[in-house]
Amino acid sequence: MAKKPVHFSHNGVERAAFADDGQNLLEFLRRGAGDLSPKYGCGQGTCGACTVMIDGETQLSCLVLAESIDGKSIRTAAGLASDQLDPLQVAFMDHFAAQCGYCTPGMLVSARALLERNPKPTREEVMEAISGNLCRCTGYEPIISAILAVAEGRAQA
Amino acid sequence: MTSTVETVSTMAEAARAVAQGATFLAGGTIVMRDVNAGEAAPRIVRTIDPSLNDIRISGDSVVLGAGVTMAQVLANRDLEFLHPAARMIGGPQVRNMGTVGGNLFAPHPYGDFAVALLALGARAVMAGQSGGRPLDDLMRDRSRSPALVAAIECPRPRAGSFGFLKVSRVKPKGVSVLSVAALLPREGGRIRGPRVAWGAMGPGPMRGASAERLLDGQELSAATIDRVVQAAAEGLSPPTDAIATDWYRREVAGVHLKRLLEQMERG
Ligand SMILES: Cc1cc2nc3c(=O)[nH]c(=O)nc-3n(C[C@H](O)[C@H](O)[C@H](O)COP(=O)(O)OP(=O)(O)OC[C@H]3O[C@@H](n4cnc5c(N)ncnc54)[C@H](O)[C@@H]3O)c2cc1C
Repeated sequence: MAKKPVHFSHNGVERAAFADDGQNLLEFLRRGAGDLSPKYGCGQGTCGACTVMIDGETQLSCLVLAESIDGKSIRTAAGLASDQLDPLQVAFMDHFAAQCGYCTPGMLVSARALLERNPKPTREEVMEAISGNLCRCTGYEPIISAILAVAEGRAQA
Repeated sequence: MTSTVETVSTMAEAARAVAQGATFLAGGTIVMRDVNAGEAAPRIVRTIDPSLNDIRISGDSVVLGAGVTMAQVLANRDLEFLHPAARMIGGPQVRNMGTVGGNLFAPHPYGDFAVALLALGARAVMAGQSGGRPLDDLMRDRSRSPALVAAIECPRPRAGSFGFLKVSRVKPKGVSVLSVAALLPREGGRIRGPRVAWGAMGPGPMRGASAERLLDGQELSAATIDRVVQAAAEGLSPPTDAIATDWYRREVAGVHLKRLLEQMERG
């Protein structure tokens, strides 16, 4: 099976790795690049647990062909924190927005992309932004509250 | 079974591969599911041809490259008449990935954007061919794409003459119970040459001939709407799936067409 070299920016770090033929980006990131933050949920694009940003846009890594990200910039939940946690991560803790935690990395990436595009979203805009991410624990309320708290500057960074 | 993916630089090369039986990969929201399940064709082709993402706007029509995503449609103010349909395709991630071309061949219950294009009287420009092919032709056999679509040419509707509505159980991103679009050009207050298209009411997007017949030559009045609604589901054979039965879809088709027409009547 042919291996294809892929050069990409991974959370700000330039990297190169080989992608298998037909390999999806989720597997490539987890196995090839050692980033376990995007999760495998359904493999069909329904759950959003594998959400990553590609050149700033949220996409479903399980449905992206790994080799197609050559030359692009990938951001995942693992890259959100620097020496400090991202304000969204703090707010998710403060608002009990994670229970089992499986959807959390995808939720965080969708929320981060929203706030970069629209720093002061309405509640409806927050709901829309996370509508492609399923959570079976929280009932979404704590997640929405956490994102709004960051947008309204109420969360401690 | 694993698939081999070829990346080519032009649409013409991709069209040749498709003619030889390769599956074309656009946004991948449907094809990659099959790849993940090991059910995709052995040969897959994709292209990095930038023309696939062109959007050209002129006075009375727009041309959308087949690779234009739903998010790109939504980011373009000249395409406002297509926003109600583009906004209803999946969640944000799917709209960032899913393309206009892919929507034409998306299996039931998908294809909501194609429903809007069908009602608008859009034409498909096939790769390597000049002149457009009516979407009506293309929609008749969607099960496999006969050739590669390079772009869609879509007439721009006059203000207030076009409407789209999608009904889903889960909001805001559920799949269709049904979707319906109507283009009602008017001359001296009367409808001339209406086009109605349904989604999830047959094997793929299809025209609503009975509704069109009853709208043609009429004013958009409460009496007209009542007559159209009675006959809305005539000639349609909706499938039964996890979302709704064929019976239910037929029962509610008129209700939703009525809502759409009333919304257009109010302007
Ligand atoms: C979670 C989820 C929710 C969804 N919700 C909706 C929804 O609400 N409404 C809806 O309509 N769809 C929905 N979809 C389906 C799909 O995302 C869209 O229909 C999208 O527009 C398909 O485009 P694509 O580029 O991803 O297609 P791909 O997967 O790349 O291709 C789909 C098919 O079209 C063919 N094809 C693609 N481009 C061309 C071309 N230019 N010429 C000829 N053939 C071509 C491919 O060979 C393939 O057979 C959803 C999908 C997911 C995963």
